[in-house]
Amino acid sequence: MEFVKPVLEFDKVCVSYTKQTMAVKYVSAAIERNSITAIMGPSGCGKSTLLRAANLMHNLYPNIHVNGDILLNGENIFQMHPIDVRRRIGMVFQRPAPFPTMSIYENVLAGFTLNGINLSKSEKEEVVENCLKSVSLWNEVKDVLNKKGTFLSGGQQQRLCIARALALKPEVLLMDEPTSALDPIASKHIEELLLQLKKDVTILIVTHNMGQARRISDHSMFMYLGELVEYDNTLKMFENPFDERTKAYLTGKMG
Amino acid sequence: MKKIYIKHRLLKDKLLFVMVSLLSALTAVPLLAILGEVLIKGYDQFSWAFFTEPTPTAYKAMKAVAAGELIPGGIANGIVGTLIMLGMASLFALPIGIMCGIYLAENSKKKFAYIVSYITDLLQGTPSVIIGIVTYIWVVVPMKGYSAIAGSVALFIMMLPLIIRSTEETMKILPSSLKEAGLALGGNYMRVVTKVQLPAAFGGIFTGTLLAISRVIGETAPLMFTALGCSIIRWDIDKPISAVPLLIWEFFNDPNLQDLIWGASLFLLVFVLTLNLTAKKLAKKWNS
Repeated sequence: MEFVKPVLEFDKVCVSYTKQTMAVKYVSAAIERNSITAIMGPSGCGKSTLLRAANLMHNLYPNIHVNGDILLNGENIFQMHPIDVRRRIGMVFQRPAPFPTMSIYENVLAGFTLNGINLSKSEKEEVVENCLKSVSLWNEVKDVLNKKGTFLSGGQQQRLCIARALALKPEVLLMDEPTSALDPIASKHIEELLLQLKKDVTILIVTHNMGQARRISDHSMFMYLGELVEYDNTLKMFENPFDERTKAYLTGKMG
Repeated sequence: MKKIYIKHRLLKDKLLFVMVSLLSALTAVPLLAILGEVLIKGYDQFSWAFFTEPTPTAYKAMKAVAAGELIPGGIANGIVGTLIMLGMASLFALPIGIMCGIYLAENSKKKFAYIVSYITDLLQGTPSVIIGIVTYIWVVVPMKGYSAIAGSVALFIMMLPLIIRSTEETMKILPSSLKEAGLALGGNYMRVVTKVQLPAAFGGIFTGTLLAISRVIGETAPLMFTALGCSIIRWDIDKPISAVPLLIWEFFNDPNLQDLIWGASLFLLVFVLTLNLTAKKLAKKWNS
């Protein structure tokens, strides 16, 4: 798909865990600004691997090799410092991971603490309130800000993690199956939240749940065995898939 | 079809169960017997003076024994010495051990880490008497005298592998999601370690430290070559100093002071058991 000024572009991205096999094979795709793009596919198709390449998570594991280019607003992220990339491309993980020793308040500000940025007390309060409001968590936790993040329910913890990622005002938010560990009500909350958030941030979400992709995403990618099989407007892809494999996956003939 | 004798098999099963339970109960006997022996013999030595006064001279002790009285004085010199040496050893063993443990946990696949880990194992298995004699050559000889510093060095060497191992194990069981979440927020490695991983590992490292202290507090052999012993309460770290296990050895060798053995032993035993139980309790709390 072509966009006038894509925020993120994958250009022939390959990721390999071993020399023999590639987990992601020559994926090229441009991501539209202020949209939600879903990456779908069966387990092991490379969707999380592709997502994690976008904020240089693979750098942590020396045995993983990434080739190709990923551009953030036209700038190659492989030539940028990982700290800078990760501040501009935030990430939310599958399992809610609030820092267990930090309070809810400290968790929201963790991005600043970890970057060594000192804020005044009023700035801190403003950031915490705004971020928690943007994930609709403020009313639920405003009286217990000093309790540990792990005190919250799973859905609340995940919203706290989203708030923590949003606090640094990233341009892109990567989400790796953020609702797969949550109950349906908490998942619905997060889905509604993402629709609101796309006004300010571009969201790239990996999901196992086809219904979720259809409900919230503007564009969808279908990956299979490391290849990007199809990338299109979500409605178009669900109603009239171009590739037989996509069709087989969407109709449940292949999982 | 062959007849199956279920009753016979069930009986064998029961017999084995009773045997295993009995043998398990037997393992508690040595500790209980030791505790009982030390408690009965050492209990009447315990008094305020026992913890606040230094060891009496052989003459004073002899006079008291002849008069049928309790030996005056106590083990304060040993307690002070033990605390000073443990404090100094921990001061160095903690930061170095924790940093090394973090390195090993984070780089377990690197060859250098493998070598360091192997050396740590060997160091842990080195007999304490050898650590004592080597510290004597390294510290006592150049300093031209026995000292609390030399004793601390020996204890430091003994504590180090214990702290490295406990830190490494604790860091390894932290979920990798914590580190990834920290780095995904743009944190640099050092900050993620100090602000996220170490606080999360604190309970485990603290427990490991308590166990390391309880392990070395009873060491006698390395202190014989390094701290030597001293009959007064001393705070100078460059002079010979006493320690509770050293006192037990001294009391054993002096017929006039033999009654003090049990009080000192009881103190040491209770101290070590308390540390161990606290560590176990903390580990349990931390794991839940």
